[in-house]
Amino acid sequence: MDYREFYDKDIVSIRDLSREQIETILDLSEEMIPIAKGEKRSKMLDGRIVGNLFFEPSTRTRLSFESAAHRLGADVIDVSQVSATSISKGETLADTIRMVDAYCDVIVLRHPYEGAARLAANVSENPVINAGDGAGSHPTQTLLDLFTMKRSKESLDGLNIAMVGDLKYGRTVHSLVDALTMFGAKLTFVAPESLQMPEDIVEHLKSKGCTPVQTASLEDVISDADVLYVTRIQKERFPDPAEYDKVAGTYRIDNAMLREAKKDMIVMHPLPRIDEIAPEVDNTEHAKYFEQAFNGIPVRMALLCSILGGEL
Amino acid sequence: MDDFAIAPIRNGTVIDHITAGQALNVLKILNVNETTINSTISVGMHVSSAKNNGFKDIIKIEDRELDKNSVDKIALISPNATISIIRDFVVSEKRAVHIEDHVCGIAKCSNPHCITNMGEPIQTEFVVISRDPVSLRCAYCDRTLVNISDNLL
Repeated sequence: MDYREFYDKDIVSIRDLSREQIETILDLSEEMIPIAKGEKRSKMLDGRIVGNLFFEPSTRTRLSFESAAHRLGADVIDVSQVSATSISKGETLADTIRMVDAYCDVIVLRHPYEGAARLAANVSENPVINAGDGAGSHPTQTLLDLFTMKRSKESLDGLNIAMVGDLKYGRTVHSLVDALTMFGAKLTFVAPESLQMPEDIVEHLKSKGCTPVQTASLEDVISDADVLYVTRIQKERFPDPAEYDKVAGTYRIDNAMLREAKKDMIVMHPLPRIDEIAPEVDNTEHAKYFEQAFNGIPVRMALLCSILGGEL
Repeated sequence: MDDFAIAPIRNGTVIDHITAGQALNVLKILNVNETTINSTISVGMHVSSAKNNGFKDIIKIEDRELDKNSVDKIALISPNATISIIRDFVVSEKRAVHIEDHVCGIAKCSNPHCITNMGEPIQTEFVVISRDPVSLRCAYCDRTLVNISDNLL
């Protein structure tokens, strides 16, 4: 398919995309790399305005969307503090979106509540890109994760992927597992019982023909993994701080643990990390998380380009 | 034989083949209380049945016909229920409840962090994943609705 078919489309959930559509975005992302690195200049989105609405703290996602827009010649308007907006006066999200919709050509939304991006897409005339809604969907993170795996492993087909950490509240893994099933991945979920993958997601995966292995022991599964996808146990998602204290620091990846891993196994992390991955791992061939963070730029460039009608 | 457990009615509605144990939730949907009803209501619970895994509940309401909204809600907690309109002791109309592909505005999402629970000016919407047993997925947050009877609007 042609990336131009994404013109004016919303990106709300990875479930809305087919395997072919994902591959189209990943192929276009590859072509964006020289521009993302500043080696080539582009003005393909000259005169277009990206509206960044971040109602929840974000560093990588917000900055990489901004960087992606600027690299393609688009302007960015943004809101990153709820206290500075009419939301603090009680304005509904629907009204805020209708207002911002009139000021820009595409809305990039990060919001603390699940389903916020779907609501925004329903009320907005212009396309909406979900930049993470609560513990729900984070499709652009999924695309950059897939892009990182594809670049490291050459193909996404049939990879053996172990996901470690907070699988209950971590939105990146929820979106990612959905997409990975399209590529025939073998999934292993490593987490304490209280942070295991939600049952409805496991059921959804089974209905797609993927039966994940669930375990609390990383040692048992690390030697088979092609990709170790580590997530932070997110304190802010726990209703009860005592529950957080019980599970914080359960898994820590260090060089001793990686001795059991395949030589070409890659370690990924959506960042920020706290102490899930020891700094000594950064210098090994396994570490791909900083490259992963960079990959957010070409992937988001590819999305902005195709949604806003850019021409490569 | 089960119908003899409850006296016939002259005019009104019989809701039959209610999933066993759901009769009181059906009464809640019908908003039955001392200020809203002036006629006889008969309730049979855990009545033996050839269908419905051996048991069912049944409700007969005198002098009342159900609106679409109530019937749609009953379908969600009791997908095999039948609704019979009785006029002068005769069944004048009988139909099974039906669940559309999208269920809109009759249930709220059970996910407390869903945007639809935040006072936004929008109607709830669920995609039907399966009809028996009923399984609904929120069209906004993608979560599966749990405890349907507790989340009816």
